Amino acid sequence: MSRILFTVLGALVATLSPARIDAATAQRTAITLASTTSVDASGLLAAVLPGFTAATGITVHVLALGTGQALDTARRGDADLVLVHDPEAEHQFVAEGHGTTPRQIAWNDFIVVGPAADPAHLKGGHDAPASFAAIAEAKAAFVSRGDRSGTNALELRLWKAAGIDPKSGAGSWYRDIGGGMGQALNAAAAMPAYTLSDRGTWLSFRNKGPLVVVVEGDPNLINRYDVIELNPAKHAAAKLDLAHRLAEFLVSPEGQAALGAFKVGGEQLFHPSAAAPR
Amino acid sequence: MLSAAFASRELWDIIGLSLAVSLSATALAAFFGLPLGAALAIWRFPGRRVLVVAANALLGLPPAVVGLALYLLLSRSGPLGWFGLLFTPAAMVIAQAVLAFPIVTALTHRAAEDLWSAYGDALMDLGASKWRCVPVLMAMGRLSMLTAVLAGFGRTMSEVGAILVVGGNIAGYTRTMTTAIVLETSKGDLPLALGLGLVLIGLTLMINAMAFALAGRPTW
Repeated sequence: MSRILFTVLGALVATLSPARIDAATAQRTAITLASTTSVDASGLLAAVLPGFTAATGITVHVLALGTGQALDTARRGDADLVLVHDPEAEHQFVAEGHGTTPRQIAWNDFIVVGPAADPAHLKGGHDAPASFAAIAEAKAAFVSRGDRSGTNALELRLWKAAGIDPKSGAGSWYRDIGGGMGQALNAAAAMPAYTLSDRGTWLSFRNKGPLVVVVEGDPNLINRYDVIELNPAKHAAAKLDLAHRLAEFLVSPEGQAALGAFKVGGEQLFHPSAAAPR
Repeated sequence: MLSAAFASRELWDIIGLSLAVSLSATALAAFFGLPLGAALAIWRFPGRRVLVVAANALLGLPPAVVGLALYLLLSRSGPLGWFGLLFTPAAMVIAQAVLAFPIVTALTHRAAEDLWSAYGDALMDLGASKWRCVPVLMAMGRLSMLTAVLAGFGRTMSEVGAILVVGGNIAGYTRTMTTAIVLETSKGDLPLALGLGLVLIGLTLMINAMAFALAGRPTW
């Protein structure tokens, strides 16, 4: 028995060692991009990055996290480049000396989605804070990400603008699920409830159930995606030269064209804006 | 939808990585857990009970906690950061081995203790040293040991909390069956997520069947 066991163990170790050596070689030309869930879950990065890898030989490992978590991962030194969408959190990240000036690569917008029955009568609205006030007034169910993501940060700013403390609705209509955009949309579809979503994730989401877009077109709802390179003084171990090439690619005419060409269901999800930041 | 996914190279890569990570984690856990479980039954020493209770208590080790602890250790700003293991398959193997190790140890100890109380004196009378008794007990209880290893393997194949944190669910690099299921659920593609779940259960079933076929019948 022990002979069989050791043969099996030996075979396993043997099959795995080449894989590990491969991984070690690949890692020298691989960088880790800490990014938001929306650019990954929508399929944008999967559409754009192969072109970069083919041209440069640099593999990009994408960590899809909320903006808060993505910035924290970079703070700890576990990422080489960040691609996020929360101006306030980015400002703090740069002020702490972790990163260089953010460069905008694209924008799209946030939307408020909710049940087609629309208990708070928001349909056709273009004023996000007013719609949030109406949700609180009607005590209609609202799903919050509650995960320090860029979307969560905007949601909290909108409650503030509406003059409402959503925590007063905790335990009844305000439901903080502490999860990603997809989890929030799954929860909102099941309850059903209102929630704030970025348009990219919404358009590529497959389990919409009774949810429809109820509010859009408020200037407050613009969604800017920035790439931030790390400060070499604080992040000497990061592969900054390779990361710089990806950042340059994303703002280059070629990269910008690739971002703009990405469509889901015939709809353009991201508007390239490196040349003229919004 | 799943048939389309099956045709893709990506799915096979994911299945391959799941198996590679879980099998090596199980192998690591078995390498240390089987002899330790047997030794705990044979030797009497101060603190033995504490180790046995600890191994049993750790059967319920929360994967998310293991993931977080390893994350902090392996992070570039952590004590083991210079290995650069965070967000690699190696980190996932370590996390799953940590989870499977107490399972293999506790279940092996349980079986070995019964065998030791039944045959221990006889073995010693025949002049076997305690060191020699470790492999003998392991061979005698091989089906129980197999169950212990398979229980550990089941844990590694099914867990997602730890590898999501230390692996990062990176497409084409650290994405496994379980993290892909979480991802597809978050994309709202519930049929694909469920389909992947069925494939995962089928794989686990196959590995278990193969293990039992290899082990054969008990000979004593």
